[in-house]
Amino acid sequence: MAKNQLFMLTLAIIVSFPLNAPAVEPSEILQNPQLEARARNLSQNIRCLVCQNQSIDDSNASLAKDLRKIVREQLVSGASDNEIYDFLIARYGDFVLLRPPVKATTYILWYGPLFIFFAGLLLSVLFLIRRKRIMPEEPLSLEEKEELSSLISREKEG
Amino acid sequence: MIAELGHYALVLALLIALVQTTVPLYGAAKNDFSLMGVAQPAATAQFIAIAIAFGALTHAYVTSDFSVINVAENSHSLKPLLYKISGVWGNHEGSMILWVLILALFGFAVAQFGIHLPPTLKARVLSVQASIGVAFLGFILLTSNPFLRLDPPPVDGRDLNPLLQDPGLAFHPPMLYLGYVGFSMAFSFAVAALIEGRVDPAWARWVRPWTLAAWIALTAGITLGSWWAYYELGWGGWWYWDPVENASFMPWLSGTALLHSAVVVEKRDALKSWTILLAILTFALSLMGTFLVRSGVLTSVHAFAVDPERGLYILAILVLFVGGALIMFALRAPSMKLGGLFQPISREGGLVMNNLLLSVATATVFIGTLYPLFLDATTGQKVSVGPPFFNATFVPVMIPLVLLMAIGPMLAWKRGDLSAAMSRLWFAVALSFGIGIFVFWLHSNEPLTPVIGFALAGWLAGGTLKEFADRIGLFRDQLSKSLSKARRLPRSAYGMTLAHLGLSIFICGAVADSAWRTEVVLNAKERDKTSIAGFEAQLENVERLEGPNYHLERATVVIRKNGKYVTSVFPERRFYPVQQMPTTEAAIYTTLLADVYVSLGEGSKAQGWTLRLWYNPLIPWIWAGCLIMVLGGLVSLSDRRLRIGTPLKRAHKKVQANGLPENA
Amino acid sequence: MRRLIYLGPLVFFIITAAYFALPIIKGKDPRILPSAMIEKNIPDLNLPPLLETKPGIDKQALIGEIQLVNFFSSWCGPCRTEHDFLMRIGKSNIVPIYGINYKDKQKAAKKWLLDLGDPYERIGRDVDGRTAIDWGVYGVPETYLIDKQGRIQYRHVGPLSESIFKEKISPVIKVLRKQTNG
Repeated sequence: MAKNQLFMLTLAIIVSFPLNAPAVEPSEILQNPQLEARARNLSQNIRCLVCQNQSIDDSNASLAKDLRKIVREQLVSGASDNEIYDFLIARYGDFVLLRPPVKATTYILWYGPLFIFFAGLLLSVLFLIRRKRIMPEEPLSLEEKEELSSLISREKEG
Repeated sequence: MIAELGHYALVLALLIALVQTTVPLYGAAKNDFSLMGVAQPAATAQFIAIAIAFGALTHAYVTSDFSVINVAENSHSLKPLLYKISGVWGNHEGSMILWVLILALFGFAVAQFGIHLPPTLKARVLSVQASIGVAFLGFILLTSNPFLRLDPPPVDGRDLNPLLQDPGLAFHPPMLYLGYVGFSMAFSFAVAALIEGRVDPAWARWVRPWTLAAWIALTAGITLGSWWAYYELGWGGWWYWDPVENASFMPWLSGTALLHSAVVVEKRDALKSWTILLAILTFALSLMGTFLVRSGVLTSVHAFAVDPERGLYILAILVLFVGGALIMFALRAPSMKLGGLFQPISREGGLVMNNLLLSVATATVFIGTLYPLFLDATTGQKVSVGPPFFNATFVPVMIPLVLLMAIGPMLAWKRGDLSAAMSRLWFAVALSFGIGIFVFWLHSNEPLTPVIGFALAGWLAGGTLKEFADRIGLFRDQLSKSLSKARRLPRSAYGMTLAHLGLSIFICGAVADSAWRTEVVLNAKERDKTSIAGFEAQLENVERLEGPNYHLERATVVIRKNGKYVTSVFPERRFYPVQQMPTTEAAIYTTLLADVYVSLGEGSKAQGWTLRLWYNPLIPWIWAGCLIMVLGGLVSLSDRRLRIGTPLKRAHKKVQANGLPENA
Repeated sequence: MRRLIYLGPLVFFIITAAYFALPIIKGKDPRILPSAMIEKNIPDLNLPPLLETKPGIDKQALIGEIQLVNFFSSWCGPCRTEHDFLMRIGKSNIVPIYGINYKDKQKAAKKWLLDLGDPYERIGRDVDGRTAIDWGVYGVPETYLIDKQGRIQYRHVGPLSESIFKEKISPVIKVLRKQTNG
């Protein structure tokens, strides 16, 4: 792959940056503040598909704007959050949500960390128990004995 | 001519690295001092050679030598000097030179300042370090040579991306590289220890300064990147859980666990396997980050260059080094001498838990970042893992960790008294409660999340301060006695206190900003007003001007409070003609307790402009908290013991470097 | 048993490395999204015509035979890249192509077709981009293969080319033709 292509690709990727400047325009804002708050919330969870890892709330791309409009239109007509998500998932797949759904294919994702925690905890406990069995309680080292006696004498001095 | 010099210097560095890898290693096996002694001058020579190469490339940029392809693709004659220099590492090839430079720098530093390292260990450490250099110098010379020429040279270059023409971003990569390339030294120490078959407290003491230095740099580098994103990208966010951000965060989490784990090895000769594993893991995560940014395997705003061939090469390096180290780990670690025993409730136990929680945190970020890749490779399905996921999973791991951070230091080594520790923590409880109630009172009709966040920060601060106070006997002994104790406290104690306090301040900032940030978006014509968080903002005018290599629209926004003038800010919209790219330059008014952040959007005199304002409470505390953590690290690094490598002299008996009394 | 635990990190690492290698070896572009509408019926649509000489597109027009639907715009660079190939398909009569002009100015689109040629049997105008969203389009150009029952059977993102058509789309067309004849 020629260096030129590399560079252009890098450029193309980064060019999307300024387009991803703050995005909701004054004309889009809904009158009803609760609906608008819901719109912002939903938008932050919806992926801008032509950007690199941005939500439609953050992106100035034309597709993001269209999707924001759709979200607001549906909110005004009374759709629930899930209905709006379903509308988008039907067209774009699970990929369009920034918060991955919890299904069989994402159990490892959502429960993985918890599993690792308990596995790690189990390993640590087993390790500690095993060590105790192997190593008898050790007597104080020479250094520790000496420190103890100096501490005692210091305490006596007050 | 100079570029060719740079090229030759790289080849020379590769040859030196080859020598440095093989000769000292052989010498260590044979206990041959002269062969082992090759390591030190080799490390010095390698560093100098790469420095020459780096200098040559910098020279090409500064003189705008467009016959060098790398300069032609990434620079421009009109660019300000600072950005001509920072352009050196603003691209794939140049940044790889920086990478190996820092790799060699750490090798050089250990060669020069690691005076007390036993010769065999030193030889092996430098040998492993050099082997990494061989791999990457080979990578550069074979696939990413910045010194290739272009004939005929173009009249001018393609310019650097305008977003990168910024002081914050100029320094972010070098700092970041000092960090995660620096962890290569911890890796080298770990592998050297595995080769020797021995990990002891002395080893932990020797590895600590390098690990700490890398950690400090990484903390600073991530903070810098985050702060840059905040003020440059125009919408006031500071962390996006973008894959490449995560790629730098994972080594940080793992590196933090490593630092703490090494303390246990040093103090109690325990947790050796885990520490070695963490050292390998941390550098593995660094290498993985290098791989992710350059292979095109993940989508990211940060991705450097998308070249699968280079990606495979880096992956091969990753497999070779990490796989090799892990094989050695599997072979050697089980037979390592087990260290000091301890009760589960003890300082060591606390640090084990700390290790575990930080590892789970690392794993969480790892899984979240890479899951789309894994799922796609296995089933072809695509899923997005964005900020909502990380906020839901990462934060719950941090909560027990913060709770633990106050308790752990209160426990004694080997056998701790939990009830005594908890009773000493009354101050932490009080502070936590107090802050929680205060926050609740300020924001009573809102969800409780920030209250909990602040309470946690208060708990951490209270516990940290109490631990320090108890150490010097403050309020218990006479003040003069406490002060003299404070003077004699090792700097690492100050370092820890500062770093933990820094985290507490960071938590306050992060919680406040995410919970109480407000935003106003409006279409404003000149002279229009709006208000945000008790301030009034008025758009005075918008001018059209010319910058050094861009055109711009600059707005003057006057900020007042209760009618009184506070300040004027000047948000801009710039257009860079060479790259045909617009950028926004937000204007920030900071009170150190909050930021008013103003951003200028598109518009015209007739239609008005889109003006966006944010009020970000306590956001400066995010940067302050991180900087205090860096400060804590620096203070700890300056500890005399680390420089000399021996513990403080005891009043009675001198103790040698390996922990045994001198006459034993 | 203990040794096995120490092998754990290595095993985990090898698996991870394999997962890194796979996408590179397969040459996958992570930005290409598979369509969520495969095997689903095309959404309702009623697009006004772009030219006076050709009809617009409604759902009925897309049912009854195997066809390609191509989303294009005059402002889209890659659309220009694929246009020559689309012209060849149009002339060759392998499969009819219908065009949907995405978020474009009528004048600009007309001129574009005048300059480069018009391979489409019908062209509809999707002025606000809503139809595209209903199809799951996220950029231009995109090309869809529709079967006789009006279901989406394949989607290609990006400019179409001879090799892509041969390797990916032709086989599907063959299968679809066999299904209805067999």
